[in-house]
Amino acid sequence: MTSWSASCASLLAVLAASSSLVASGPASAHGFAGKRFFPATLATDDPFVADELSLPTIAHSKQGASDGSPTTRETDFSVDVSKRITENLGVGFGATYKRLQPDDGDTQRGFDNLAASVKYKFYENDEHETLLSAGIDWDIGGSGSKRVGAESFSTITPTAFFGKGFGDLPAEAKFLRPLAVTGLVGIGIPSRAGTTTIGEEGDISVERHPHTLKWGFAVEYSLPYLQAFVQDVGLREPFNRMIPVVEFAMSTALDRGASGTTGTVNPGIIWAGQYVQLSVEAVIPVNSRSGSGVGWIAQLHFFLDDLFPTSIGRPLLGK
Amino acid sequence: MLLAFASAVTLVSVAGAHAFLDHATPAVGSAVHASPGDLKLWFTQELEPAFSTVRVLDKSGTRVDKGNPKVDGADRTLLSVSLPRLEPGTYRVVWRVLSVDTHVTEGDFTFDVAP
Repeated sequence: MTSWSASCASLLAVLAASSSLVASGPASAHGFAGKRFFPATLATDDPFVADELSLPTIAHSKQGASDGSPTTRETDFSVDVSKRITENLGVGFGATYKRLQPDDGDTQRGFDNLAASVKYKFYENDEHETLLSAGIDWDIGGSGSKRVGAESFSTITPTAFFGKGFGDLPAEAKFLRPLAVTGLVGIGIPSRAGTTTIGEEGDISVERHPHTLKWGFAVEYSLPYLQAFVQDVGLREPFNRMIPVVEFAMSTALDRGASGTTGTVNPGIIWAGQYVQLSVEAVIPVNSRSGSGVGWIAQLHFFLDDLFPTSIGRPLLGK
Repeated sequence: MLLAFASAVTLVSVAGAHAFLDHATPAVGSAVHASPGDLKLWFTQELEPAFSTVRVLDKSGTRVDKGNPKVDGADRTLLSVSLPRLEPGTYRVVWRVLSVDTHVTEGDFTFDVAP
């Protein structure tokens, strides 16, 4: 076992032990805080611990030419699964198959590094539709294909998550009650400060790996919330299940000679049903370093706790 | 892509629904001009009668319904409660239901009885 995996295993054990000491509230389904349902977001991880499966998530984007690299179109096919260990503690795993199509040159295909995560929800206030959780993401270095740029080093990202619905606004602002915000902030810590490469002619190049601030948030306006709790404005299927959303997914380099922020702004629509959720978003780069042109991302997401409430949709431990 | 999204939504819409409030009479956030004889809530999934309830409160928080909430035997998505004659004012409906998929959902809304 590597030092990184040993650290993660230790953390998981500590969180599992501590979670058993904390009294949990009534059982709730995925993404609820009181009467608020928060949908699963695509570009920014949500604050929930849940039994859920995203299969597939498909994303398409274009990276402009730079530093001798040609313009490249990238299409990603991802699968992510999350499983509750206890009511408030969960783990997740993800894999992404990438296809890179440069304007000149051969198309490259392969898996990106595998990802693993652990998350613990430590605060929930139903009346104020508020959730807080903390977790660690682990990008497992060397588990993917170098052909598609998978890093040879790992990155550990301790992350704090939040969710807040605005159902507690006064009656004078009742049409703002369907609004909600979820978000995250974390520090990406690479397992190596840099990678040294020796070329065929003996020339040495060093690529430095900075710490990065990962941050993002999603602003949602829930039409189901409007219909059921504020005012019936006459929406019917499928519009009464739709949640317009704008996500902001950002990364800021902090050190080791790197600087600047990259990221995307993703406006889109989420349709949330009983068992599945369908989402589609445009992906708009915030600057030229983040991409070129407007891409898109789409996802089919399954709520395993609704699909299999008495088997794999339950926490492994506890109720 | 949008066409595919719309098609997928149409296909999965028939698969089922959250145990959310679909609609109500009096409607959520509405104003009625005569006191309704009862309150009816239709949900998007069948309910477990023993664990599904609704209360109607006046502006002071006093319960004003007749205390007989029931899930309809023929349509188990319908939860209703009888009401006395309501004076003009704002009334708050508070519901909590258990759907047949074992999940509890809850919510509230208001309606007005106009003079």
